[in-house]
Amino acid sequence: MPANPQLDAQGRLRHLLSIEGLPRETIERILATAESFAGVTERDIKKVPLLRGKSVFNLFFEPSTRTRTTFEIAAKRLSADVINLNIALSSQTKGESLLDTVANLSAMQADIFVVRHASSGAPYLIARHVKPHEHVINAGDGRHAHPTQGLLDLYTIRHYKKDFASLTVAIVGDIAHSRVARSLIHGLNTLGAREVRVIGPQTLIPTGVEALGVRVFHDLRAGLREADVIVMLRLQNERMSGALLPSAQEYFMSYGLTPERLALAKPDAIVMHPGPMNRGVEIDSAVADGPHSVILPQVTFGIAVRMAVMSIVAGGA
Amino acid sequence: MTALPDAEALLPALAAELRARLGPQTAMIGLYTGGAWLAERLHAMLGLSVPLGLMDIAFYRDDYARQGLKHDPKRTRIPFDVEGRDILLVDDVLYTGRTVRAAMNELFDYGRPRSIALVVLADRGGRQLPICAQHVGARLELPEDKRLRLRRDADGRLRFELEDAR
Repeated sequence: MPANPQLDAQGRLRHLLSIEGLPRETIERILATAESFAGVTERDIKKVPLLRGKSVFNLFFEPSTRTRTTFEIAAKRLSADVINLNIALSSQTKGESLLDTVANLSAMQADIFVVRHASSGAPYLIARHVKPHEHVINAGDGRHAHPTQGLLDLYTIRHYKKDFASLTVAIVGDIAHSRVARSLIHGLNTLGAREVRVIGPQTLIPTGVEALGVRVFHDLRAGLREADVIVMLRLQNERMSGALLPSAQEYFMSYGLTPERLALAKPDAIVMHPGPMNRGVEIDSAVADGPHSVILPQVTFGIAVRMAVMSIVAGGA
Repeated sequence: MTALPDAEALLPALAAELRARLGPQTAMIGLYTGGAWLAERLHAMLGLSVPLGLMDIAFYRDDYARQGLKHDPKRTRIPFDVEGRDILLVDDVLYTGRTVRAAMNELFDYGRPRSIALVVLADRGGRQLPICAQHVGARLELPEDKRLRLRRDADGRLRFELEDAR
Protein backbone atom coordinates (compact mmCIF):
# COMPACT_ATOMS: atom_id res chain seq x y z
CA MET A 1 0.00 0.00 0.00
CA PRO A 2 1.44 3.40 -0.93
CA ALA A 3 2.08 5.91 1.83
CA ASN A 4 -0.74 8.38 2.37
CA PRO A 5 0.60 11.67 0.98
CA GLN A 6 -1.57 13.65 3.41
CA LEU A 7 0.08 12.31 6.55
CA ASP A 8 3.66 12.59 7.76
CA ALA A 9 5.70 9.72 9.22
CA GLN A 10 4.12 10.31 12.64
CA GLY A 11 0.61 10.14 11.16
CA ARG A 12 0.00 13.88 11.51
CA LEU A 13 -2.12 15.63 8.90
CA ARG A 14 0.20 17.81 6.79
CA HIS A 15 -1.99 18.35 3.73
CA LEU A 16 -5.69 17.83 3.17
CA LEU A 17 -6.09 16.34 -0.29
CA SER A 18 -8.99 13.90 0.02
CA ILE A 19 -11.28 12.39 2.63
CA GLU A 20 -10.52 9.02 1.10
CA GLY A 21 -7.76 7.46 3.15
CA LEU A 22 -8.20 9.71 6.18
CA PRO A 23 -8.36 7.72 9.38
CA ARG A 24 -11.60 8.00 11.32
CA GLU A 25 -9.76 9.67 14.24
CA THR A 26 -8.49 12.39 11.92
CA ILE A 27 -11.97 13.15 10.59
CA GLU A 28 -13.38 13.17 14.11
CA ARG A 29 -10.58 15.44 15.29
CA ILE A 30 -11.31 17.94 12.51
CA LEU A 31 -15.04 17.92 13.33
CA ALA A 32 -14.42 18.35 17.07
CA THR A 33 -11.96 21.19 16.48
CA ALA A 34 -14.43 22.86 14.12
CA GLU A 35 -17.03 22.70 16.88
CA SER A 36 -14.74 24.80 19.09
CA PHE A 37 -14.10 27.24 16.27
CA ALA A 38 -17.86 27.59 15.79
CA GLY A 39 -17.82 29.20 19.24
CA VAL A 40 -15.26 31.74 18.04
CA THR A 41 -17.39 32.63 15.02
CA GLU A 42 -20.31 33.51 17.30
CA ARG A 43 -18.35 36.14 19.25
CA ASP A 44 -18.15 39.85 18.55
CA ILE A 45 -14.42 39.48 17.90
CA LYS A 46 -14.35 36.52 15.54
CA LYS A 47 -10.60 36.16 15.47
CA VAL A 48 -7.95 34.07 17.20
CA PRO A 49 -4.17 34.55 16.89
CA LEU A 50 -3.19 30.99 15.82
CA LEU A 51 -1.89 31.73 12.30
CA ARG A 52 -0.52 35.20 13.00
CA GLY A 53 2.36 35.87 10.64
CA LYS A 54 1.45 33.01 8.29
CA SER A 55 0.48 33.52 4.68
CA VAL A 56 -2.35 31.64 3.01
CA PHE A 57 -2.38 31.66 -0.78
CA ASN A 58 -5.73 30.96 -2.38
CA LEU A 59 -4.82 29.45 -5.75
CA PHE A 60 -7.95 29.21 -7.80
CA PHE A 61 -7.28 27.85 -11.26
CA GLU A 62 -11.03 27.45 -11.65
CA PRO A 63 -13.58 30.10 -10.68
CA SER A 64 -15.40 29.85 -7.36
CA THR A 65 -16.94 32.48 -5.15
CA ARG A 66 -18.29 30.68 -2.13
CA THR A 67 -15.41 28.30 -1.50
CA ARG A 68 -12.74 30.95 -2.05
CA THR A 69 -14.57 33.43 0.16
CA THR A 70 -15.08 30.99 3.02
CA PHE A 71 -11.41 29.96 2.89
CA GLU A 72 -10.48 33.63 2.96
CA ILE A 73 -12.74 34.35 5.94
CA ALA A 74 -11.45 31.27 7.76
CA ALA A 75 -7.82 32.29 7.23
CA LYS A 76 -8.50 35.85 8.36
CA ARG A 77 -10.27 34.63 11.49
CA LEU A 78 -7.10 32.70 12.28
CA SER A 79 -5.16 35.99 11.84
CA ALA A 80 -3.32 34.79 8.72
CA ASP A 81 -2.55 37.05 5.79
CA VAL A 82 -4.51 36.00 2.73
CA ILE A 83 -3.48 36.42 -0.87
CA ASN A 84 -6.08 35.56 -3.51
CA LEU A 85 -4.86 34.53 -6.92
CA ASN A 86 -7.28 34.11 -9.71
CA ILE A 87 -4.92 32.17 -11.89
CA ALA A 88 -7.43 31.29 -14.53
CA LEU A 89 -6.89 34.86 -15.66
CA SER A 90 -3.13 35.26 -15.31
CA SER A 91 0.06 33.17 -15.51
CA GLN A 92 -1.55 30.03 -16.86
CA THR A 93 -2.78 31.91 -19.86
CA LYS A 94 0.80 33.08 -20.37
CA GLY A 95 1.98 29.46 -20.38
CA GLU A 96 3.59 29.11 -16.95
CA SER A 97 3.54 25.56 -15.61
CA LEU A 98 1.67 24.69 -12.41
CA LEU A 99 4.86 23.88 -10.52
CA ASP A 100 6.57 27.07 -11.69
CA THR A 101 3.62 29.08 -10.42
CA VAL A 102 3.83 27.36 -7.05
CA ALA A 103 7.63 27.74 -6.87
CA ASN A 104 7.24 31.48 -7.41
CA LEU A 105 4.64 31.77 -4.69
CA SER A 106 6.80 29.69 -2.40
CA ALA A 107 9.58 32.24 -2.96
CA MET A 108 7.09 34.82 -1.66
CA GLN A 109 7.04 32.82 1.62
CA ALA A 110 3.78 30.94 1.57
CA ASP A 111 2.70 28.69 4.42
CA ILE A 112 -0.58 27.27 3.12
CA PHE A 113 -1.74 26.78 -0.45
CA VAL A 114 -5.47 26.41 -0.94
CA VAL A 115 -5.84 24.92 -4.40
CA ARG A 116 -8.76 24.57 -6.73
CA HIS A 117 -8.03 23.08 -10.12
CA ALA A 118 -10.03 21.62 -12.98
CA SER A 119 -7.61 18.68 -13.25
CA SER A 120 -8.00 15.83 -10.80
CA GLY A 121 -4.76 15.33 -8.89
CA ALA A 122 -3.33 18.84 -9.27
CA PRO A 123 -3.18 19.42 -5.48
CA TYR A 124 -1.33 16.10 -5.12
CA LEU A 125 1.26 17.22 -7.61
CA ILE A 126 1.76 20.46 -5.67
CA ALA A 127 1.89 18.65 -2.31
CA ARG A 128 4.68 16.43 -3.61
CA HIS A 129 6.81 19.43 -4.48
CA VAL A 130 6.29 21.94 -1.66
CA LYS A 131 8.80 22.58 1.12
CA PRO A 132 8.37 20.81 4.47
CA HIS A 133 6.81 23.84 6.17
CA GLU A 134 4.28 24.39 3.37
CA HIS A 135 0.85 22.82 3.41
CA VAL A 136 -1.66 22.13 0.67
CA ILE A 137 -5.42 22.08 1.06
CA ASN A 138 -7.50 20.78 -1.81
CA ALA A 139 -10.43 23.13 -2.51
CA GLY A 140 -11.76 20.92 -5.31
CA ASP A 141 -9.87 19.08 -8.04
CA GLY A 142 -11.66 18.02 -11.20
CA ARG A 143 -14.15 15.24 -10.56
CA HIS A 144 -11.96 13.80 -7.85
CA ALA A 145 -12.43 15.38 -4.43
CA HIS A 146 -13.61 18.40 -2.49
CA PRO A 147 -12.63 17.37 1.02
CA THR A 148 -13.51 20.55 2.95
CA GLN A 149 -17.00 20.47 1.41
CA GLY A 150 -17.31 16.82 2.42
CA LEU A 151 -16.14 17.66 5.94
CA LEU A 152 -18.58 20.54 6.31
CA ASP A 153 -21.35 18.23 5.10
CA LEU A 154 -20.33 15.72 7.77
CA TYR A 155 -20.20 18.51 10.35
CA THR A 156 -23.70 19.64 9.37
CA ILE A 157 -25.08 16.10 9.59
CA ARG A 158 -23.45 15.57 12.98
CA HIS A 159 -24.77 18.91 14.20
CA TYR A 160 -28.38 17.99 13.45
CA LYS A 161 -28.32 14.20 13.71
CA LYS A 162 -25.54 13.21 16.14
CA ASP A 163 -25.19 9.47 15.61
CA PHE A 164 -24.07 8.33 12.15
CA ALA A 165 -24.69 4.64 12.82
CA SER A 166 -28.47 5.09 12.62
CA LEU A 167 -28.57 7.36 9.56
CA THR A 168 -29.77 6.87 6.01
CA VAL A 169 -28.29 9.51 3.72
CA ALA A 170 -29.57 10.06 0.18
CA ILE A 171 -27.40 11.93 -2.31
CA VAL A 172 -29.39 13.06 -5.34
CA GLY A 173 -28.26 14.20 -8.75
CA ASP A 174 -25.17 14.20 -10.88
CA ILE A 175 -23.05 11.67 -9.02
CA ALA A 176 -20.82 11.03 -12.03
CA HIS A 177 -19.33 14.51 -12.19
CA SER A 178 -19.52 15.40 -8.51
CA ARG A 179 -16.39 15.67 -6.39
CA VAL A 180 -18.72 16.72 -3.55
CA ALA A 181 -20.58 13.40 -3.68
CA ARG A 182 -17.37 11.41 -3.82
CA SER A 183 -15.88 13.14 -0.77
CA LEU A 184 -19.08 12.83 1.21
CA ILE A 185 -19.52 9.13 0.41
CA HIS A 186 -16.00 8.35 1.66
CA GLY A 187 -16.59 10.36 4.82
CA LEU A 188 -19.95 8.77 5.58
CA ASN A 189 -18.51 5.31 5.13
CA THR A 190 -15.54 6.06 7.37
CA LEU A 191 -17.84 7.39 10.10
CA GLY A 192 -20.09 4.35 9.77
CA ALA A 193 -23.36 5.74 8.37
CA ARG A 194 -25.99 3.00 8.23
CA GLU A 195 -26.86 3.45 4.57
CA VAL A 196 -25.68 5.78 1.83
CA ARG A 197 -27.89 6.02 -1.24
CA VAL A 198 -27.16 7.67 -4.54
CA ILE A 199 -30.12 8.68 -6.66
CA GLY A 200 -30.09 9.88 -10.25
CA PRO A 201 -30.62 8.99 -13.89
CA GLN A 202 -28.49 6.18 -15.29
CA THR A 203 -26.44 8.64 -17.35
CA LEU A 204 -25.33 10.53 -14.23
CA ILE A 205 -24.43 7.58 -12.02
CA PRO A 206 -21.05 6.00 -12.74
CA THR A 207 -21.07 2.27 -13.33
CA GLY A 208 -19.58 0.32 -10.45
CA VAL A 209 -20.38 3.05 -7.94
CA GLU A 210 -21.68 0.31 -5.62
CA ALA A 211 -18.05 -0.51 -4.92
CA LEU A 212 -17.89 2.72 -2.90
CA GLY A 213 -20.44 1.22 -0.52
CA VAL A 214 -23.63 2.87 -1.71
CA ARG A 215 -27.09 1.72 -2.83
CA VAL A 216 -28.15 2.98 -6.24
CA PHE A 217 -31.66 4.24 -6.99
CA HIS A 218 -32.96 5.58 -10.26
CA ASP A 219 -36.38 6.34 -8.81
CA LEU A 220 -36.28 9.43 -6.60
CA ARG A 221 -39.38 8.45 -4.63
CA ALA A 222 -38.03 5.05 -3.71
CA GLY A 223 -34.65 6.48 -2.78
CA LEU A 224 -36.03 9.19 -0.51
CA ARG A 225 -38.17 6.83 1.54
CA GLU A 226 -37.22 7.03 5.25
CA ALA A 227 -34.10 9.09 4.56
CA ASP A 228 -32.71 11.13 7.47
CA VAL A 229 -30.51 13.34 5.33
CA ILE A 230 -31.01 14.45 1.71
CA VAL A 231 -28.11 16.00 -0.16
CA MET A 232 -29.11 17.65 -3.42
CA LEU A 233 -26.32 18.16 -5.92
CA ARG A 234 -26.14 21.02 -8.33
CA LEU A 235 -27.01 20.11 -11.89
CA GLN A 236 -24.28 21.73 -13.88
CA ASN A 237 -25.61 23.51 -16.92
CA GLU A 238 -22.79 22.26 -19.09
CA ARG A 239 -24.14 18.69 -18.66
CA MET A 240 -27.30 19.75 -20.35
CA SER A 241 -25.66 20.40 -23.69
CA GLY A 242 -24.52 16.81 -24.23
CA ALA A 243 -26.61 13.71 -24.56
CA LEU A 244 -26.74 13.08 -20.83
CA LEU A 245 -29.98 14.90 -20.11
CA PRO A 246 -33.00 16.01 -22.08
CA SER A 247 -33.73 19.38 -20.41
CA ALA A 248 -33.77 21.17 -17.07
CA GLN A 249 -37.56 20.97 -16.97
CA GLU A 250 -37.59 17.24 -17.51
CA TYR A 251 -34.87 16.77 -14.94
CA PHE A 252 -36.97 18.65 -12.40
CA MET A 253 -39.97 16.45 -13.24
CA SER A 254 -38.00 13.31 -12.41
CA TYR A 255 -35.37 14.38 -9.87
CA GLY A 256 -36.31 17.80 -8.50
CA LEU A 257 -36.93 17.88 -4.75
CA THR A 258 -40.46 19.13 -4.13
CA PRO A 259 -42.37 19.30 -0.82
CA GLU A 260 -44.45 16.25 -1.88
CA ARG A 261 -41.33 14.15 -2.47
CA LEU A 262 -39.62 15.43 0.66
CA ALA A 263 -42.64 14.14 2.61
CA LEU A 264 -41.50 10.58 1.76
CA ALA A 265 -38.39 11.03 3.91
CA LYS A 266 -38.38 10.97 7.71
CA PRO A 267 -40.44 13.80 9.26
CA ASP A 268 -37.30 15.35 10.73
CA ALA A 269 -35.15 14.90 7.62
CA ILE A 270 -32.68 17.66 6.77
CA VAL A 271 -32.06 18.94 3.24
CA MET A 272 -28.55 19.98 2.23
CA HIS A 273 -27.05 21.49 -0.91
CA PRO A 274 -23.42 22.45 -1.55
CA GLY A 275 -24.47 25.44 -3.64
CA PRO A 276 -24.87 27.24 -5.84
CA MET A 277 -28.49 26.10 -6.19
CA ASN A 278 -30.52 25.98 -9.36
CA ARG A 279 -34.02 26.63 -8.09
CA GLY A 280 -36.58 24.82 -10.18
CA VAL A 281 -33.97 22.44 -11.58
CA GLU A 282 -32.80 20.20 -8.74
CA ILE A 283 -34.71 21.83 -5.90
CA ASP A 284 -38.05 23.56 -5.48
CA SER A 285 -37.90 26.97 -3.78
CA ALA A 286 -40.44 25.80 -1.22
CA VAL A 287 -37.93 23.15 -0.08
CA ALA A 288 -34.83 25.33 -0.37
CA ASP A 289 -36.41 27.95 1.88
CA GLY A 290 -38.45 25.53 3.97
CA PRO A 291 -38.09 24.28 7.54
CA HIS A 292 -36.08 21.16 6.57
CA SER A 293 -33.43 23.15 4.73
CA VAL A 294 -30.03 23.57 6.42
CA ILE A 295 -28.39 24.98 3.30
CA LEU A 296 -27.40 28.33 4.82
CA PRO A 297 -26.12 26.86 8.12
CA GLN A 298 -23.87 24.67 5.93
CA VAL A 299 -22.15 27.81 4.68
CA THR A 300 -21.58 29.09 8.22
CA PHE A 301 -20.28 25.72 9.41
CA GLY A 302 -17.94 25.66 6.41
CA ILE A 303 -15.96 28.56 7.88
CA ALA A 304 -15.38 26.77 11.19
CA VAL A 305 -14.45 23.55 9.38
CA ARG A 306 -11.90 25.36 7.20
CA MET A 307 -10.45 27.07 10.28
CA ALA A 308 -10.04 23.64 11.85
CA VAL A 309 -8.34 22.16 8.79
CA MET A 310 -5.91 25.06 8.39
CA SER A 311 -4.96 25.16 12.06
CA ILE A 312 -4.43 21.40 12.23
CA VAL A 313 -2.24 21.12 9.11
CA ALA A 314 -0.17 24.21 9.86
CA GLY A 315 0.52 23.48 13.54
CA GLY A 316 3.71 21.98 14.92
CA ALA A 317 7.23 21.90 13.61
CA MET B 1 9.25 12.36 47.07
CA THR B 2 7.42 15.55 47.93
CA ALA B 3 4.15 15.09 49.79
CA LEU B 4 1.37 16.52 47.63
CA PRO B 5 -1.24 18.80 49.19
CA ASP B 6 -4.72 17.41 49.78
CA ALA B 7 -6.80 19.19 47.13
CA GLU B 8 -10.12 18.70 48.89
CA ALA B 9 -8.77 20.05 52.17
CA LEU B 10 -7.65 23.28 50.44
CA LEU B 11 -11.09 24.11 49.06
CA PRO B 12 -12.87 25.56 52.13
CA ALA B 13 -10.10 28.07 52.95
CA LEU B 14 -9.82 29.14 49.31
CA ALA B 15 -13.59 29.61 49.08
CA ALA B 16 -13.62 31.63 52.32
CA GLU B 17 -10.88 33.88 50.97
CA LEU B 18 -12.85 34.47 47.75
CA ARG B 19 -16.10 35.12 49.59
CA ALA B 20 -14.52 38.18 51.18
CA ARG B 21 -13.98 39.81 47.77
CA LEU B 22 -17.29 39.02 46.07
CA GLY B 23 -19.11 42.03 44.66
CA PRO B 24 -22.15 42.62 42.47
CA GLN B 25 -20.04 42.36 39.28
CA THR B 26 -18.08 39.24 40.24
CA ALA B 27 -18.06 36.39 37.73
CA MET B 28 -15.95 33.25 37.53
CA ILE B 29 -14.18 31.56 34.61
CA GLY B 30 -12.47 28.17 34.88
CA LEU B 31 -9.71 27.01 32.51
CA TYR B 32 -10.03 23.52 31.07
CA THR B 33 -9.55 20.92 32.32
CA GLY B 34 -8.40 21.05 35.94
CA GLY B 35 -9.32 24.70 36.41
CA ALA B 36 -12.83 24.00 35.14
CA TRP B 37 -13.32 21.24 37.75
CA LEU B 38 -12.02 23.53 40.47
CA ALA B 39 -14.18 26.42 39.31
CA GLU B 40 -17.29 24.24 39.29
CA ARG B 41 -16.66 23.42 42.95
CA LEU B 42 -15.85 26.98 44.00
CA HIS B 43 -18.75 28.41 42.02
CA ALA B 44 -21.14 26.11 43.87
CA MET B 45 -19.56 26.70 47.30
CA LEU B 46 -19.84 30.47 46.83
CA GLY B 47 -23.36 30.27 45.43
CA LEU B 48 -22.55 32.75 42.65
CA SER B 49 -25.63 33.89 40.73
CA VAL B 50 -23.76 34.72 37.53
CA PRO B 51 -23.36 31.42 35.62
CA LEU B 52 -19.87 29.92 35.41
CA GLY B 53 -17.74 30.54 32.32
CA LEU B 54 -15.45 27.83 30.95
CA MET B 55 -12.49 28.55 28.72
CA ASP B 56 -10.13 26.45 26.60
CA ILE B 57 -7.08 28.48 25.63
CA ALA B 58 -6.02 26.10 22.81
CA PHE B 59 -6.43 28.82 20.15
CA TYR B 60 -4.30 31.30 22.13
CA ARG B 61 -1.33 29.15 23.15
CA ASP B 62 2.15 30.52 22.43
CA ASP B 63 3.62 27.10 21.57
CA TYR B 64 1.31 26.36 18.60
CA ALA B 65 4.15 26.78 16.11
CA ARG B 66 6.16 24.11 17.95
CA GLN B 67 3.51 21.80 19.35
CA GLY B 68 0.63 22.19 16.92
CA LEU B 69 -2.98 22.36 17.93
CA LYS B 70 -3.97 20.23 20.88
CA HIS B 71 -6.19 17.31 20.08
CA ASP B 72 -9.55 17.95 21.61
CA PRO B 73 -10.06 21.66 22.21
CA LYS B 74 -13.24 22.37 24.14
CA ARG B 75 -15.55 25.16 23.18
CA THR B 76 -15.09 28.27 25.30
CA ARG B 77 -18.44 29.28 26.79
CA ILE B 78 -18.79 32.56 28.64
CA PRO B 79 -22.49 32.94 29.41
CA PHE B 80 -22.27 36.55 30.63
CA ASP B 81 -21.09 39.91 29.34
CA VAL B 82 -17.43 40.33 30.29
CA GLU B 83 -17.60 44.12 29.99
CA GLY B 84 -17.16 45.77 33.38
CA ARG B 85 -17.00 42.51 35.35
CA ASP B 86 -14.66 41.57 38.16
CA ILE B 87 -13.40 38.25 36.87
CA LEU B 88 -12.12 35.42 39.04
CA LEU B 89 -9.92 33.43 36.68
CA VAL B 90 -9.53 29.91 38.06
CA ASP B 91 -6.83 27.36 37.21
CA ASP B 92 -5.62 24.27 39.00
CA VAL B 93 -1.85 24.76 38.94
CA LEU B 94 0.18 27.94 38.34
CA TYR B 95 3.59 27.21 36.83
CA THR B 96 5.21 29.13 33.93
CA GLY B 97 2.35 31.65 33.66
CA ARG B 98 1.91 31.04 29.93
CA THR B 99 -1.58 29.59 30.28
CA VAL B 100 -2.70 32.63 32.24
CA ARG B 101 -1.28 35.00 29.65
CA ALA B 102 -3.15 33.11 26.92
CA ALA B 103 -6.34 33.15 29.00
CA MET B 104 -6.15 36.92 29.50
CA ASN B 105 -5.64 37.41 25.76
CA GLU B 106 -8.71 35.30 25.02
CA LEU B 107 -10.76 37.00 27.73
CA PHE B 108 -10.16 40.44 26.21
CA ASP B 109 -11.60 39.17 22.92
CA TYR B 110 -14.89 38.85 24.82
CA GLY B 111 -14.84 42.32 26.34
CA ARG B 112 -13.06 44.62 28.77
CA PRO B 113 -13.36 43.37 32.33
CA ARG B 114 -13.04 45.84 35.22
CA SER B 115 -10.55 43.55 36.95
CA ILE B 116 -9.11 40.05 36.79
CA ALA B 117 -7.91 38.12 39.84
CA LEU B 118 -6.12 34.80 39.46
CA VAL B 119 -7.21 31.91 41.67
CA VAL B 120 -5.16 28.69 41.77
CA LEU B 121 -5.24 25.60 43.92
CA ALA B 122 -1.44 25.20 43.77
CA ASP B 123 1.45 27.49 42.88
CA ARG B 124 4.52 25.44 42.08
CA GLY B 125 6.86 28.35 41.26
CA GLY B 126 8.89 28.31 38.05
CA ARG B 127 7.38 31.42 36.49
CA GLN B 128 8.62 32.45 33.04
CA LEU B 129 6.35 35.51 32.83
CA PRO B 130 5.56 38.36 35.24
CA ILE B 131 2.32 36.83 36.49
CA CYS B 132 1.22 36.11 40.04
CA ALA B 133 -1.90 34.68 41.65
CA GLN B 134 -4.03 36.65 44.09
CA HIS B 135 -5.53 33.58 45.74
CA VAL B 136 -3.45 30.44 46.26
CA GLY B 137 -4.50 27.19 47.92
CA ALA B 138 -0.99 25.85 48.49
CA ARG B 139 2.57 26.69 47.50
CA LEU B 140 5.17 24.03 46.75
CA GLU B 141 8.47 23.57 44.97
CA LEU B 142 8.77 20.82 42.37
CA PRO B 143 11.63 19.74 40.13
CA GLU B 144 11.34 20.74 36.46
CA ASP B 145 10.94 17.15 35.27
CA LYS B 146 7.69 16.73 37.17
CA ARG B 147 4.22 17.76 36.12
CA LEU B 148 1.61 18.50 38.77
CA ARG B 149 -1.94 17.73 37.63
CA LEU B 150 -5.34 17.90 39.20
CA ARG B 151 -7.46 14.77 38.79
CA ARG B 152 -11.14 14.25 39.39
CA ASP B 153 -12.24 10.87 40.68
CA ALA B 154 -15.46 9.18 39.64
CA ASP B 155 -17.13 10.44 42.83
CA GLY B 156 -16.18 14.03 41.95
CA ARG B 157 -13.37 14.37 44.51
CA LEU B 158 -10.32 16.34 43.42
CA ARG B 159 -6.77 15.21 44.06
CA PHE B 160 -3.28 16.11 42.92
CA GLU B 161 -1.10 13.75 40.97
CA LEU B 162 2.57 13.98 40.04
CA GLU B 163 3.69 12.81 36.58
CA ASP B 164 6.94 12.83 34.68
CA ALA B 165 6.97 15.81 32.36
CA ARG B 166 7.17 14.87 28.68
